[in-house]
Amino acid sequence: MSKEEKKVNRRDFLFTASYTIGAVGVGAVIWPMIDQMNPDKAQQALATTEVDISQVEPGKSITVLWRGKPIFVKRRTPGEIQEARAVNLDDLPDPQNDEERVKEGKDEWLVMLGVCTHLGCVPLKDKGDYNGWFCPCHGSHYDVSGRVRKGPAPTNMEIPKFEFFR
Amino acid sequence: MSDQEYIPKSKAAKWFNDRLPLLTLGAHLTDYPTPKNLNYWWTFGGILTFCLITQIVTGIVLAMHYVAHADLAFGSVEHIMRNVNYGWLIRYIHSNGASMFFLAVYIHIFRSLFYGSYKSPREIIWILGLMIYLLMMAAAFLGYVLPWGQMSFWGATVITNLFSAIPLVGESITTWLWGAYSVDNPTLNRFFSLHYLFPFLILGLVVLHIWALHIPGNNNPVGIDIKKPSKDTVPFHPYITIKDAFALLVFMIIFAGFVFFTPNVLGHSDNYIPANPLVTPAHIVPEWYLLPFYAILRSVPDKLGGVILMFSAIFILFILPWLDTSKVRSAVFRPIYRQFFWILVIDVLMLGYVGAMPAEGVYLVLARVGTIYYFLHFIVVLPVVGLLEKTDPIPMSISEPVMTGGAEPSLARKLNEKV
Repeated sequence: MSKEEKKVNRRDFLFTASYTIGAVGVGAVIWPMIDQMNPDKAQQALATTEVDISQVEPGKSITVLWRGKPIFVKRRTPGEIQEARAVNLDDLPDPQNDEERVKEGKDEWLVMLGVCTHLGCVPLKDKGDYNGWFCPCHGSHYDVSGRVRKGPAPTNMEIPKFEFFR
Repeated sequence: MSDQEYIPKSKAAKWFNDRLPLLTLGAHLTDYPTPKNLNYWWTFGGILTFCLITQIVTGIVLAMHYVAHADLAFGSVEHIMRNVNYGWLIRYIHSNGASMFFLAVYIHIFRSLFYGSYKSPREIIWILGLMIYLLMMAAAFLGYVLPWGQMSFWGATVITNLFSAIPLVGESITTWLWGAYSVDNPTLNRFFSLHYLFPFLILGLVVLHIWALHIPGNNNPVGIDIKKPSKDTVPFHPYITIKDAFALLVFMIIFAGFVFFTPNVLGHSDNYIPANPLVTPAHIVPEWYLLPFYAILRSVPDKLGGVILMFSAIFILFILPWLDTSKVRSAVFRPIYRQFFWILVIDVLMLGYVGAMPAEGVYLVLARVGTIYYFLHFIVVLPVVGLLEKTDPIPMSISEPVMTGGAEPSLARKLNEKV
């Protein structure tokens, strides 16, 4: 056999086929080992929570636990809403209108994940330079709409899926 | 590694050794020719071995009493402290042992930096050492989470959130690490499992580290190649064992000082408050041994940038043997590098200090200056100094300065001028 014309012989085929089947087999065994670390059924079952907000006075907020994380529910005063809407979007690192962060007609209720988008600490309320929240860990400031204004946090505090009933 | 061929004396020993040459290995370790000029900075390898074994033994014992569950972990640690016989002692040895381990490893690493032990032909030893160091940091972090106090919980939250900075897949990775949608019971469970695993991985790497060391043999304070065995070497036992043992005793006195007199000084009092997912402590600070990297993380006003720079600060050390262009190993003969070495030491200490302070005002400025200098040292100073520096003459052999009364650089220089 000349060296130039490399014929695919039976042995080459067997090698390739064996490696392929082997790789699929290894993958099939490794994936369950990896996926077992993802949230289990019991964790996923905690996906919703109901909160009674009838006792919250204007200007006050409550914190509830959802999926192990705090949710801030703040009932804003008209002045606070006005303040949030007067902000020039160019001043925001992550531009977003206040209207996009609340439900229409329920503008006084700000419902958001009370988790700093930097490294996951819980910001303190009524602190910071913008009348909103301040994260003590690495100094991110949030405004009265929960939007980041200053500091290392890359995005605004997250708004979870929620709805009002009754 | 072929020292003189070892032949066991008794017949039984020979029978065994022919089948599994453990006695040959023992003889190799006993006779291992070691440079006779090793100073006390070379005793930290032995000290680190002691630290690892201490952590493994106390850790196994603690695991007999600890409960890895979010509702029970904090209480079980207090149970260890109050009810378990000598539990307080074992836990304090384990928690302070982590700090002592890092103290020793930092001295060991800076020893290597000063005497150029990372250079050819010892690059693999250096890289294995860095892998051990990485695993140590991971193990220490995982262990710190287990008592499930406020610092445990929020430390775990911040560190795992570092991975959320990765574009696109960051959030999924973080959730995967947690096994939940926040740091929670599944997180604690897997951290305990991994915390038990890592020391044994470290042990395996230590074996490779020492194996790789025994190929070229030890570097030494004058940093020159030596013939072994020769006039320049002494057998490891009893010469080095006795020196290591003395250093270890001094180290253990300091260790015991922490354990018995001020066992909580290196920890944070907030970790005696049970974990509360609704409240972050006002000042979260990592353990002291991670502070320089924490300062680097915070010095960058961008999330991803900070994370990248922090990891780079460690990973840049992996290519150190190729960044340093100088052929001369020991800083004893490198008058310029020697000064930069001490600047780096001060820089890292300063980063550690500002890492413990709030990230604002002058501290932030210092953190930025320190971070920039840290990278400058490795990327600019080392390659450039190596090329431009006029090094001092190197002695012909270890014996040359030793036989005339000391390894002083000035003396070595004088001797060389005469030659």
